Amino acid sequence: MTTAYPTPTPAPEGHHAEGHESHNLTGFIIFLCSESVIFLAFFSGYALLKTSALDWLPPGVDGLEWQMPLINSIVLVSSSGTIYLAERAMAKGSLWGFRAFWLLTMALGAYFLYGQAVEWSSLKFGFTSGTFGGTFYLLTGFHGLHVATGVFLMTLMLIKSFIPGNYKGGEQGVQATSLFWHFVDVIWIILFLLIYVWQRS
Amino acid sequence: MTLATFPASEPKPSWTRYFTFNTDAKVIGIQYIVLAFFFFLVGGLLAMIIRGELITPEADLVDRTVYNGIYTMHGTVMLFLFVFPVLNGLNNLLIPTMIGAPDMAFPRLNAVAFWLVPIFGVLLMSSFFVPGGPAYSGWWSYPPVSIQNPLGHLVSGQGLWLTAVALSGVSSIMGAVNFVTTIIRMRAPGMGWFRMPVFCWTALAAQSLQLIGLPSLTGGAIMLLMDLVAGTSFYDPAGGGDPVLYQHFFWFYSHPAVYVIILPVFGIFSELFPVYSRKPLFGYVYVAVASFIIVGLGLVVWVHHMFPSGVPEWMRNLFMFTTMLIAVPTGVKVFAWLGTLWRGKIRLTTPMLFCLGGLFNFVFAGVTGIMLATVPIDIHVSNTYFVVGHFHYVIYGAAVLGIFAAIYHWFPKFTGRMPYEGLGKVHFLLTFVGANLNFLPMHPLGLMGMPRRVSSYDPEFTFWNVIASLGAFLLGVSVIPFLLNMVSSWVRGPRATHNPWNAIGLEWLLPSPPAEDNFGEHVPVVLSRPYGYGSGEPLVEHQAEIEAALIQAEQLESAR
Ligand code: HEM
Ligand SMILES: [Cu+2]
Repeated sequence: MTTAYPTPTPAPEGHHAEGHESHNLTGFIIFLCSESVIFLAFFSGYALLKTSALDWLPPGVDGLEWQMPLINSIVLVSSSGTIYLAERAMAKGSLWGFRAFWLLTMALGAYFLYGQAVEWSSLKFGFTSGTFGGTFYLLTGFHGLHVATGVFLMTLMLIKSFIPGNYKGGEQGVQATSLFWHFVDVIWIILFLLIYVWQRS
Repeated sequence: MTLATFPASEPKPSWTRYFTFNTDAKVIGIQYIVLAFFFFLVGGLLAMIIRGELITPEADLVDRTVYNGIYTMHGTVMLFLFVFPVLNGLNNLLIPTMIGAPDMAFPRLNAVAFWLVPIFGVLLMSSFFVPGGPAYSGWWSYPPVSIQNPLGHLVSGQGLWLTAVALSGVSSIMGAVNFVTTIIRMRAPGMGWFRMPVFCWTALAAQSLQLIGLPSLTGGAIMLLMDLVAGTSFYDPAGGGDPVLYQHFFWFYSHPAVYVIILPVFGIFSELFPVYSRKPLFGYVYVAVASFIIVGLGLVVWVHHMFPSGVPEWMRNLFMFTTMLIAVPTGVKVFAWLGTLWRGKIRLTTPMLFCLGGLFNFVFAGVTGIMLATVPIDIHVSNTYFVVGHFHYVIYGAAVLGIFAAIYHWFPKFTGRMPYEGLGKVHFLLTFVGANLNFLPMHPLGLMGMPRRVSSYDPEFTFWNVIASLGAFLLGVSVIPFLLNMVSSWVRGPRATHNPWNAIGLEWLLPSPPAEDNFGEHVPVVLSRPYGYGSGEPLVEHQAEIEAALIQAEQLESAR
């Protein structure tokens, strides 16, 4: 049994009929805004603990080496450039250009993680060496986790780009990953200033 | 105009879908609400034990340590397993239908967010059975108490508590991303921001607060967990840490959290007062915008929970000022509701009674809130029963009553059955009287100096405690007519028409219960602001035809 149901004038564009795919980027941006607050909390906690500490550095430690982290910073900042070039290549329709720059970005990200690991293993203090050690490993570790996540997402997108005919809905994933990568980059710059540049209390 | 054809009665979906990983927001909404009320009973049982203990001055019913665990779990269950889930249930039911969307923006994420709730619920409940019992450091879990692990086990009540709260945070963030995206992207054609129902405004405001505030709690909780299990000293003064830092992280979220709770209730008041007084919402634009002023201010008042915690003088004064400022947008809303009721044709239905009672309690709580915001008064009554009285007036007196109002009001829409008025009114009477009897005596007790979180007290406090306990038992009894009503009306209540309250809104232009994809392809074009009561102005294009078709379908249905 059926009943008549009036249909309004056709829905204007911008309406849900276009499918769920288009909301993904909106949702992801909202999520990133929220995620940045965790870093904000950690950063302000770091600043508060540092400014109020009597003995900030654990005994036997006098400051952090900054050369290696500086190289790491340069690597990460330039990877923000290469991911932009990858997106540009894709917008121009050059799938191979996209893959090349994408892979370069992944390599830079992996190098950053390697540099971080080398730095960690050379340090004379641990996670439980007072609030200095705690906040240092918390901040760099949590950021490193984000870099690793970024490299993982890029790997997924790269694999996706080889699945034939898949490059219709792929742009959103690429856009989201690249946004995430810039986010991780900006966080690192703040972190670098806070931990390595601001050494004297 | 074209005429589409619709099957009037699809095969009835089986009730077992409520126990599955279903992605329909209307199913998820009911899952949230039913699960939340299960935990309402759990938290309520714990409250009965607390009030049973406090009916006499001696600590005679439960052991002191057990008592600490009981109030901690009571607060945690009520907030994280009752209030937040029940509000997310309402969001799921109301947001898509009110804005004319077929579902949420991310239906699968929505289902995952829901199913995390029973998971962390079980996790939290299991802490009753680990050695050492559940967490006992209060719902705010302040260090240094919360970083003690006397038994030295890896799995402790406190550890389980932190894990459960972290999972609750993950679930809430998933929900918030979904609600905000849905409201921003999926509104019906013609529904500009200032044609959106106030409930959606308040939901948007509340969920934005979740997104901004929750990560701070999560960050703080991660550090607490590290202190507890990994030996760091973020909050441990012995290792250079600072326990007050945790309080900042905690309250930066947990003050806004009270607005996450109360804003949607403001939304419910704003929806229901116009319906039951047959007048447009007074000052719609101001009420809508005030929600976001509350968001902004609500983010910069958290230190009022820390006045006695050794924060600097300038901070106390600043936060006293911002806290008082928040009374302005809140007052705007209260006056708008009073303006709506003024000379309206008031219909005292069950939902309206709950709204009026909730508004009354809220105004009372606002007055004690301003008192608490005043530094000298707060220092005097902080950590006494005055604070407990204040926040229960807000959370039980206003928020829970508002939630009941919403449930009675939208019950017919989503179940297709009418709730019984008589039982509803009994429920209201017991709740309103019980809540006031329970929470009013806490104010004199606090002013007299009775500390919170104790199982025994000086005999001079007995009188008010006995009254409070009687009120609590009345509240315990009040759930009986409620549950009876819900179950029996859902099973065999009278059939509901599409618009039994004669309300204006997109959700009332859908059959009761709506089809799985709500309006499907036929989303009406919104022509005007909501709440056009008494103006006769249509809400949507072709309103008369849509209503005629709904009535025709209902007549055919009942003729069979
Ligand atoms: C007019 C608005 C409000 C004002 C001015 C206000 C003020 C305050 C102040 C200053 C305290 C701290 C007392 C202390 O710890 O010494 C407090 C506690 C509390 N308030 Fe409010 N409040 C308001 C609204 C609300 C709302 C809307 C809710 C919940 C929906 C709420 C829930 C709470 C809770 C849960 C506590 C106790 C926290 C604890 O210490 O365990 N308040 N309020
Ligand atoms: Cu507060």
